Amino acid sequence: MPLLYPLVLASALFGIGLYGVLARRNAVMMLLGVELMLNAVNLNLVAFDAWFADVVHSGQVLTLFTITLAAAEIGLGLAIILALFRALRTVDVDEVGR
Amino acid sequence: MTLTEIVFLVFAVIAVGSALLSMTSGQLVHAALWLVVTLGAVAGCFVLMTAEFVAWVQVLVYVGSVVVLVIFALMLTRQPSGARSAEVTGNRWVAAVLGAAAAIGLGATMVAGFGGEQIEGRRIGTAGSIGDALFNDWVLPFEILSGVLLAALIGAIVISRSGSDR
Repeated sequence: MPLLYPLVLASALFGIGLYGVLARRNAVMMLLGVELMLNAVNLNLVAFDAWFADVVHSGQVLTLFTITLAAAEIGLGLAIILALFRALRTVDVDEVGR
Repeated sequence: MTLTEIVFLVFAVIAVGSALLSMTSGQLVHAALWLVVTLGAVAGCFVLMTAEFVAWVQVLVYVGSVVVLVIFALMLTRQPSGARSAEVTGNRWVAAVLGAAAAIGLGATMVAGFGGEQIEGRRIGTAGSIGDALFNDWVLPFEILSGVLLAALIGAIVISRSGSDR
């Protein structure tokens, strides 16, 4: 399989995630965009691991680390968003910014 | 073109299409469910790139728990104004241009740098080989990561509790 397939797919997912982070109004949807960008990074790590045929599997182990950190990040992020919602009764980033 | 490549391209088209739907859908819960499709298709891509253990972790952690958390948060923060919160901000065209520029720029860099390379899949990422690598060569980062995860969980509990006292 050409190495380019996963790399181009990862670029597309990263761009879509960036659009989501910048354009979405709901703070939870912004977090979903961040998850999409992290998944693009995971795809790159796995693709380069398979291409390099790494003995210590650096790419795949780092992917596991990224998945764990993404889970920690979304847990903290959602806790902050819930606290924000309790304080302001909204999760709309435009209204929160005012 | 081999069967692996055809299946990979199918998964790639599914992933990109459902990611676009997820980021543009007006219904928030639909957007979260489209993200499940994207993450599942990416897990399929992992299997095709000989990373079967990572694929199952992706299914367990992302599809199993992250999306459930997100749907919980969406339902807890549902606003009385309904669908208005699903709208995009006023700068959506700037965001679209920036997203497209990032995707095209990254893609062009990848094409220029790794044009003719092939993945041969000589080392399969089974649970056994990943476990060997994790507990022989990556023990220290693994232990530090468990501390980070614990700190994040305690932080999330503290942030959620301090809001409910008031």
